[in-house]
Parts: sequence; structure tokens; C-alpha cells
Amino acid sequence: MSRLLIKGARLLGAEGADLLVEDGLIREVGRVDATGVDTTVDADGLVALPGLVDLHVHLREPGREDAETIATGSAAAAAGGFTAVFAMANTSPVTDTAEAAERVLDLGAACGLTQVVPVGAVTKGLEGVELAELGLMARSRARVRVFSDDGKCVHDARIMRRALEYIKPFGGVISQHAQDPRLADASACCHEGEVSGRLGLPGWPGIAEESIVARDVMLARHTGSRVHIAHVSTAASVEVIRWAKAQGIEVTAEVTPHHLALTTDLLTGYDPVYKVNPPLRPAEDVEALRQALVDGTIDAVATDHAPHARHDKEHAFVDAAFGMLGLETALPVVSELLVRPGLLDWAGVARVMSVNPARIGQLAGQGRPLAAGSPANLTLIDPDRAVTVDAATSRSRSRNNPWHGRTFTGAVVTTVHRGRVTHGTDHQLTPSTATENAL
Amino acid sequence: MTCPDLSAPNPTSSTPADARDVMSADDIARALRRIGHEILERNKGAEGLVLLGIPSRGVPLARRLAAAISEVEGTQIPVGELDITLHRDDLRRHPVRAAHRSRIPETGIDDRVVVLVDDVLYSGRTIRAALDALSELGRPRAVRLAVLVDRGHRELPIRADHVGKNLPTSRDERIHVRLAELDGLDVVRISGGEAR
Amino acid sequence: MTRHLISSADLSRQDIEDILATAASMHDLQRREVKKVPTLRGRTVINFFFEDSTRTRSSFEIAGKWMSADTINLSAKGSSTSKGESLRDTAMTIDAMAVDALVIRHNASGACHQVAQWVRASVINAGDGTHEHPTQALLDAYTLRTRLDDLEGKHVVIVGDLTHSRVFRSNVITLKKLGARVTVVAPPTLMPSGIGTWSETDGFATSWDLDAVLTADEPVDAIMMLRVQKERMSGGYFPTAREYTVGYGLTRERLEALVRRNPGVLVLHPGPMNRGLEIAADAADAPQSVVLDQVSAGVAVRMAVLYHLLAGDDAASGPLTGSAATGALPASGALASALTTMEGGALR
Repeated sequence: MSRLLIKGARLLGAEGADLLVEDGLIREVGRVDATGVDTTVDADGLVALPGLVDLHVHLREPGREDAETIATGSAAAAAGGFTAVFAMANTSPVTDTAEAAERVLDLGAACGLTQVVPVGAVTKGLEGVELAELGLMARSRARVRVFSDDGKCVHDARIMRRALEYIKPFGGVISQHAQDPRLADASACCHEGEVSGRLGLPGWPGIAEESIVARDVMLARHTGSRVHIAHVSTAASVEVIRWAKAQGIEVTAEVTPHHLALTTDLLTGYDPVYKVNPPLRPAEDVEALRQALVDGTIDAVATDHAPHARHDKEHAFVDAAFGMLGLETALPVVSELLVRPGLLDWAGVARVMSVNPARIGQLAGQGRPLAAGSPANLTLIDPDRAVTVDAATSRSRSRNNPWHGRTFTGAVVTTVHRGRVTHGTDHQLTPSTATENAL
Repeated sequence: MTCPDLSAPNPTSSTPADARDVMSADDIARALRRIGHEILERNKGAEGLVLLGIPSRGVPLARRLAAAISEVEGTQIPVGELDITLHRDDLRRHPVRAAHRSRIPETGIDDRVVVLVDDVLYSGRTIRAALDALSELGRPRAVRLAVLVDRGHRELPIRADHVGKNLPTSRDERIHVRLAELDGLDVVRISGGEAR
Repeated sequence: MTRHLISSADLSRQDIEDILATAASMHDLQRREVKKVPTLRGRTVINFFFEDSTRTRSSFEIAGKWMSADTINLSAKGSSTSKGESLRDTAMTIDAMAVDALVIRHNASGACHQVAQWVRASVINAGDGTHEHPTQALLDAYTLRTRLDDLEGKHVVIVGDLTHSRVFRSNVITLKKLGARVTVVAPPTLMPSGIGTWSETDGFATSWDLDAVLTADEPVDAIMMLRVQKERMSGGYFPTAREYTVGYGLTRERLEALVRRNPGVLVLHPGPMNRGLEIAADAADAPQSVVLDQVSAGVAVRMAVLYHLLAGDDAASGPLTGSAATGALPASGALASALTTMEGGALR
């Protein structure tokens, strides 16, 4: 295995240090002698974070390889600084068996650009009726710990209760897509409010999320099990979670970059690129979500990366597919929105984009301190580099990118996954022999 | 709202500085009186006459003609307006303008002698459109044409039966007809082209 | 005038005045023996209906034919589902036939807005989902103008299922532009979400109490009853038809009381009427009812809209002049090349 030297990175944005990487581990931190190093990365001025972890992506394989594959999704993840992604179960077939989970695991490992962690379905076929083989998935090589029917809510309280109880022995967590289907049915596609009223679009009221969040934190309390709220989108959900945490209830929550940044009024042009579930919310909710992320009520940023083939987005707004890309833009959005205004420092970014998601998803090798002995999962960030998003250059196979044309300051420069550089431009990688010759 | 006509492709309410008067208010009044007499003479009286003005300036001209004829004959002459917008052949060359209602006298036009009245006769296309519009409204016994100014340059085999003034022009000249009802004064001016 | 008519908001007050003036002359044509004018000879209008609507479709069809446009009806029911051809492909296929106007009725809000971004033809919204129906608002304005002359300061009350009504959404815009005061009335469950701030911004009044509105000091010049679909009962919007009628129907008693206070009041309904539900038969057939005037105005107004969007000069409004236009008639590769042209911009 080669020896990789990262020179002069600002660890979590603080002091500059060298990182020596060997055999997939961080060997040394501090001032490292370059002798015997195969590759050197000049990280002067770059911020080093533990590799980013995304609790919520859709990689579409198996079933919709025209929209994304594990390979293209992994490439997008690496480009976005992610060293682990949780692949949601709503593929075709659904990841509701040990075999299906192992297949996703193996395809991800074969690709090797990021750790692809399968999420298991809570119910068979995501139908919300019978529990999927939660235990077998947990025991499988994929060691599934996060279960979710994402895309659909586990709306039946009895099923949700049983699932929470059942996963306790192996320390699982249910990631809930909180959407009461009676309050927001499948046609609901616009935050219920003045915009939906004017546009004549079916409303998706905040209460459809909040009522499920409230129910589920109470179920978590009742069962003593862990619930994770996926893509929290409203201020009232935040209030419920804050209360629940204060009670000692085991609840965690994630928020997407788009819910931290984009608002309902973007739907005025009926552009399906802005159609996402839950929908974009008004500015008051967006503000509450930012605050909650900063104060720790919301634990993690997760992208809900949801690639779609062009033709699935080129329908009338109500008929178009839900979802938007997120892997490659998450860090720049967080940098622009939270780091630059001083709401979050880089240690905070590490917490919400690596440490906490790794803990929630129970990934032992991710989100670890930048210290000798930790697995070498790293992300190097240029905090001052401006990036203008171009949908056409995405590594994703899809182009449903709501950020197209926007400029953010803060860019992922290099990603190291298990000691291997999985993303980085050539000029930063200097073969050490050349360096020595130059000296 | 005024409706530009073909004889004045670029009308404005004010005329350019180089404009020369070619008909005064008195000239216009005399011309209309004469045309009134001609119409009566040709028609052998007022029997069956209907005057239809073509908007916008043909309409007040038609009313004045009717008044002039009434003065002579002592009877009321039916007057109306004929909007030709929908029949124009140059719609695609100009920005859209609102079509207006035609006002046909209650007598109708069937078996009547319809005198179309317009301010300027130029290419003849307006009159062609008017004849088309007329044919959809009924079947007159005869259609005649009275214009205040004939400036030549016909593009269709159309001629006026009654002309206030023949005014030889070049194509790059413009004729501006101003009438008190719409413009506050009566005058015909010419502008543009080479000075003569 | 805009190239498309997607929303009533696309029209300025002057545009509305022009269309209504033209409509008046078109209305005259309807009373003549020869109803056809040559104005749109050589133009092609496609009535592209993704949702059934006999009356609106035939109204546009007659309008196109009397204007001498080649008018073709296409029914595309069912192709709006996400499993079928995409809306963009459907729209571009039709557009590739070098048509001048697409009159679109779609069950999805915003569909016309989306199509307008993909095609070269003028798009006319003949009703999109629960969003807008601008020609209905124009014909309502025309009908009201005919009877009330100027709408400045006139009070129009709109009653019914506002949540699902595109007629309401377009009417409130057009009526406000013409200077009318508007009050909308519905039970809370049939009020669109956000109506509070919306009505404040756009300057109309809202009420849950029809009788209070009809007996208030402010006179009522016209009342527009919206169709209430019985299916809404199963959606829990109101308990029974009987209860709806008692609260919000234009019953005979309500009409009589209304006429006593406002002898000149007009009764409108966009149709099709649920007699006995939102409007009593006595009210629908009362002398105050102008329901048939509305239908008759529909053709004239649609002729006027076609005229204003299509008759003008090619450079300003005609097809084949957009940035994506090649100027050539579509050959077999036209759709593919158009798709290439749109690439990148399409999902934005």
C-alpha cells in the first residue's frame, strides 16, 4: 500500500498539520518527514475534515440505472467529499432482504469510490403492511442498521411501534419519512400556503410532517428505541424534536441543504426541478432549520440526493418526479450558508456532516478524529474557492440540479477514502519522486 | 383609439415641421359640398342612399357628407361605419390593433346604394378590404366610393367615383388629414419627399 | 400583447380593453348570416385537450373556424401520467408540425406555463388544473360589461369551491384590473390556502358568510356561482349537498332577497351548472341570469383572443421566430435538433 502525505492542512479549520496516510489509516499527524512518501498532496490553506457521511441518498440501482447507478452515484459522492453514503431502499426491487442489501454493499465495494451502506426497508416492498426481514438484514454482511421506507411514511402507528421494538436488540434506527398520507397525499407537491393557493397546486401542509414527528418521538419514548427524522422541513417539527431531546428521548434528525436554502416561492415558475418531497418551505421554516442545525437540535445534514431521468421531470408539475441532486453541492451550500456568515465553524461542519451521521448510522470507520490510528477517510476543502454549479458537468447520471448557475464559496478539493484519493484534480497530486528531483 | 390606415402608414397626431397645407378648412368644406351634390346627381336624388365611413377619418367625413346632402334634399341620409380590420391583407405586417364594431344603419344595405367614404385613396387595399367586409353584410344594389384626397399609386383596379382633390404625390410623401371631430382642426397637409 | 395567454395576469388593462373591443365586433359577426371572416386564413390552431371539456373545446373550435384558421382538435387524455410520454415530448411533437397556436386544456396546474417554454407556437390556456382559465374571465368581463357598462367600482361576489376553481383565480385578476370590487365567499374548507395574505395583497375581500355579504350595506352588482363537484363531499370538504345549498347556494329565496335590494343584479355561472346544488333552477333561469350570454360571449371573446395573439406581425408575435426556430419546416430531424437546442436549459 502506498504512502500518501497531505501537507499543511488546517485540521477542522484550525492549526496546520501534515497527515501521513498508509495502509488506509492515518499514521502520523503533525510535522511529517516526506521521505519514502509516494504521493504528496499540497494542502496549504485547505481545511481537512473527516470524510463526509450522507445518511440519505438515492442511487437508483437496481431498477433505474438510467437515472443513476451505484458507480455514478459513488463518483458524485466522492466529488462531493463523501466517504460514506446510505443508499435508500426504494429501488426496484426494494432493499427489503439480506440478499438485496448485500448486493448493494458489493456493488458499492466493487466501485470503491465511497462506502455505500445499504438502508433496509422497514416494511416489505415499502408497502407499510408487513415488516421486512429486519433481523436478517442486520445479520447479513451488509450489517444494516438504518431502516427506512423513505419515499413513503411508515404511517401505520402499530407497524411503526413494532419496527421500533424489533430493532432494539441490534441497535438499529428507523429513519422516518414523516408524511401523514391522509394530510398530504401522493399528489401533494407544494408547501400549503399562499403560493400553493395561487398556483392551484395540491398543498403539502407542515402539519402532515409535524403530526408524524410528534407521534414518532412518543413511540420512541414508549419503546425506548431510536427514531431518526429524515429531511426535517418545518419549524414546528424542530420544536417537537427539541422538546423530545430535552426529555431524553432517543431522537435524531437530519436536514437537507435544499431545505436550508431554497424557499417555496421558487415554485412560481412551475419548474419541476424544484419539486421535492417534503416540499420547499417558506423563509420562516428555512430560518428555523438553520438555527436548529447550529444549536444541535438537528444532528446532521443529509442530501436526499434524488437523481431522475430527464423525461421523469418533464411532465406537468404535479406529475413530475420528486427530488433533486445534492451530493456534489452539499458542502459548498453549507459553506456558503453557514460557515461564511459565521453560524458554524469547520469543526461544526465536521460534526453535522461526518461525526453525527456516522454515529447515527453506526459506521465505526467514519466520522473519526483526524488522529493517528483513525481510518483515512478525509475531505480537503478550499474554503475560499468559488464554485459555480453547472448541471452539465455533474458526475451524476441525472441533471435535476436546482443549484445550476448558482455560485458558492467553499469547494471540495480532494477526497480520500480508505487511504485512496477518490477525488482531486491532478495538479494537487504530486508524485513524490518528482518533488525530490525538483529539490 | 385611432386606427391607422394605409394612406398614412405612420400617422401621428402632430404633423412634421416640413408639412405644407394642401387643403384648408374651407377647401375641405367646399369639396364635401361638391361631392354631396355629385352623389345626388349620380343617384338622381337621395332615395336608397347609405353612407358608410371607413374608420377612423372616413367616419366624420361620412357624417358631414350626409349633413350636406340633407341640407340639399331635406331628408335624413342613413350613415354608418364599416370596420375593415378583420379583412385587411396586411395584418401580419403590423402590430395587432383592436377590431371595432361596424355600425350599419337599421335600413341595412341590401338593395341600397352604398357610398363608402374614406379620407385618402392610395393603394386601394383598404377599399378592397371594405368591399369584402361589405359582401358579408349584405348585397347592395351598387357600391360607390367617395374620398377626400386621391393621391394615386393604386395597387388594385379600384377608382373613386367622387374625389375632393386629386393630389399627385411621390411614394415617400405622406398625407395628413386632420378633422375637427378627431383632431380639433380641419386641414390636409403633405410632408416628406423632395421639396417642390 | 404577449405571445401567449397563460394567466390573466399576462394581460394589461389596455390588452383587456382591446380584446373586449374586438370581441364586440366579433359578437356582431355571430348575428350575421355570413359569420366567417378571413382574418386568420392560413393559420393553424390546435385545440389540445388533455381533459374533456365539450363546451370550451367547441367554443374555441367555432372561434377558430369563424376566423378562417385551420382548427384541429386533439384529445390527449391519459398521456399526462408519468408513465406515458412526457408532456414536453407531447408538446414538441405537436409543435414540430408548425402550428401557430396551441389551445391547451390540462388537468395539471401550470401545464400551459411549462409548454409555453418548450414550443414555438402561441399557447392559449383553456384551463389548467385548479390554476387559471383566462378566457373564461374575459368572457365573464365581456358579459358584465355588456350589461353594466363600466365595471369601475362595481361589486362582484364570487361564491363556491374557490380551492379548486380556476375560474375564480382568473376572474379575480381580470375584474380587479377593470376596477371592480370583488368579494369571494366559500366555507373555510373550500377557501384556498393562504387566502388571507393573498386577498390582502391583491385587494379583494373574503367571507365565510354568504348572507352577510348579500345583506351588507355594499350593493351587489353581480353574483357568480361556481360549480361545486359532488365528489368534494367524499373529500370531507362539506358534509352534504343539502347543507352546502343552505349555506352557499343561490336559492330562490336568496335571489329574491338579493333582487329586492339590488334590482339590477346579474347572476353568472361558468357552467356546467349543478341545478339544485350551487344554484336553484329558478335562479339559473331568472331574468337576472346571464348564463347563456356567457356562452354566447365565449365564442366572440375567443375569436378576439385568437385575433390578438395570431393576427399581428410575425416578428412581434408569430411562430418560427423564437430563438430555437430554424425557419425551416420541420423535417424528420427537427424534433431531435430542437431537443438538442433545449438541452441544459430544459431542467432549469
